[in-house]
Amino acid sequence: MPSTLFDKIWTTHVVTDRGDESLLYVDRVLLQENSFHAFDKIRREGRAVRNPSQAFGFSDHYVPTRNRELGIDGIRDPEIRNMVELITSDTATYGIELFGLGHDYQGILHVVGPEFGITQPGLVIAGADSHTSTHGALGAYAFGIGSSEVAHVLATQTLWRSKPKTLRVTISGERKAGVSSKDLILFLIRTIGSGGAVGYAVEYNGDTIDELSVEARMTVCNMSIEAGARAGLIAPDQKVFDYMQGKPMAPTGSQWGQALKYWQTLRTEPGSVFNREVQIEASEIAPQVTWGTNPEMVADVTGSVPNPDMERDLERKTRMTRALEYMGLHANQMIQSIPLDRVFIGSCTNSRIEDLRIAAQVMKGQTCRIPTMIVPGSEQVKRAAESEGLHEIFQPAGAEWLAPGCSMCVGINGDMLASGERAASTSNRNFEGRQGQGGRTHLVSPAMAAAASITGQFENISSYAEARSWNL
Amino acid sequence: MEPLIQISAIGAPLRLANVNTDQLFPARFIKKPRAVGYAQYLFHDIRRTDAGDINPNFPLNDPKFETAQILFTGANFGSGSSREGAVYALYDFGFRAVFAPSFGEIFAANCLKNGVLTARLDQEEIQSIQEALDLAQEPRVSVDIYHERITLPAGQVVTFSLDPFQKHCLVNGLNEIDLSLQFNDEITTFEENHRKTYPWTVL
Ligand code: SF4
Repeated sequence: MPSTLFDKIWTTHVVTDRGDESLLYVDRVLLQENSFHAFDKIRREGRAVRNPSQAFGFSDHYVPTRNRELGIDGIRDPEIRNMVELITSDTATYGIELFGLGHDYQGILHVVGPEFGITQPGLVIAGADSHTSTHGALGAYAFGIGSSEVAHVLATQTLWRSKPKTLRVTISGERKAGVSSKDLILFLIRTIGSGGAVGYAVEYNGDTIDELSVEARMTVCNMSIEAGARAGLIAPDQKVFDYMQGKPMAPTGSQWGQALKYWQTLRTEPGSVFNREVQIEASEIAPQVTWGTNPEMVADVTGSVPNPDMERDLERKTRMTRALEYMGLHANQMIQSIPLDRVFIGSCTNSRIEDLRIAAQVMKGQTCRIPTMIVPGSEQVKRAAESEGLHEIFQPAGAEWLAPGCSMCVGINGDMLASGERAASTSNRNFEGRQGQGGRTHLVSPAMAAAASITGQFENISSYAEARSWNL
Repeated sequence: MEPLIQISAIGAPLRLANVNTDQLFPARFIKKPRAVGYAQYLFHDIRRTDAGDINPNFPLNDPKFETAQILFTGANFGSGSSREGAVYALYDFGFRAVFAPSFGEIFAANCLKNGVLTARLDQEEIQSIQEALDLAQEPRVSVDIYHERITLPAGQVVTFSLDPFQKHCLVNGLNEIDLSLQFNDEITTFEENHRKTYPWTVL
């Protein structure tokens, strides 16, 4: 029987079976400051870490985006500082490599993993963060786990998993000008709902996906979890192989050839059967903007906020009404009439070099009308951007050019929206309070965020004459 | 872990769908050590009005439900992040069982690791149980995990079904790492083969 990309990875990682579940071998486990509960558990139960060299620690959620030259002393809040110290001491105790403050490769775990070559096609990767799905863009089976499961992987190098169902999402056709991979995934979540892929591993394919750069594919896989998916995957192609070459942890010498040969087999065979198929026509997609408090509450930039009174499902209606109330919006309000207070360009969804290049294309020679934070995803991204002179576009425009980390995506390092403040954000969650208590988040692509920074509102960038020439 | 076989406790209705882990346990509290007691953070922001006062309409603020240990709620409960603090907060508050039409999957896995039952019931069943709880003077419910059934305040019985392994772990209070380490030899053999076939993956 022809098998899918997912089946191939799954089958090669089953250690044993138990009823509906398999014990899967985990090739890489990614940790962040919040993994302290996992280390506590390991310590309390007196366990050893089985393969410390297959675990990687990251300081990203709590690190400051300012005063970085001060190192740990740049963190005033003792509780936040404690979190950064904990991951440092826990990884040291167990002999785990840490991409910590001051490291050349410090950054968000989902940005650094691929960048350092930790992420590779065909691997099973578990991460202490739900957006671990990002790594699927290179053809890995990657998923987020909670602290108890992190402890389980550390102790056993395995996890119990029931085999997910498979969903193939085919996206085909040419994108409109100004439409990026962020719009594709927001449109998909809008179409299938935030619970639409629960229980499924999603494989993305189609010529629109083939066209995307490896980094743009990461944006798609990143937000698969926002549709409830267990994982998002894209079969590795030449772009991925080229991307892997020379990465610090990529295989070298004869192993490179061996790996490449294996990676080339990681494709869904023709005639494979998926449990479900969804087709999306890319040419129908406009730049997307979320209007509510869940990533499925999405509208075209040219559209309007929906009217809850038109919703027949009572429960949905209640949710919509509550979302509008929280967001301070009213039914039928035009998306382009919403006045914004701030812009955040960053997060593991959209903080890679390409995202920053796009933002720079839009902001070049312009002035930000509203406060704008630009937070690169990693130290490497920051350096690349500076060597290309992108900061010389951002800073004169009035944007803040900051140090790498999760920052305002989740607001736990202190970068937060004030109550009632409204932001255009390139991150992945618009939940109530996600970016600060009472903060109002509209999720958009980097190009949309950059355009919003200049005018203070959402713009239909598809209609910009220069949008055709943007490299999205 | 404490074995979970039978719970007799107050049941609370929570008529919200897509409750996410940021609502269960806002991110800004993650950095608190568990020793401070996570119960105070459960539903922290939605238990309060936008002005910051305790919201009298939130069910867990109702004296009738404030000692609840069993929750009956809407679809896709626990969606969002993998933060296990959401489960610690539920547990520390006293919750031992959550019934909903569906769950965020990472959340449900986290619940199992912490001895909290998650089980599915149809939307209609949830609704009628929620109504029964509202009507009951003392909304006491008993959940028999072994026999997979719930007895409501007025004596009606509702059944649910559990994955056999989930049930095995809950009723025996098993530590999953110990269980998995029973397969240590298999893991080692697998790892050796894996290293031979894909030498760049095992470090
Ligand atoms: S950037 Fe946001 S979503 Fe990504 S890992 Fe950090 S907190 Fe999580």
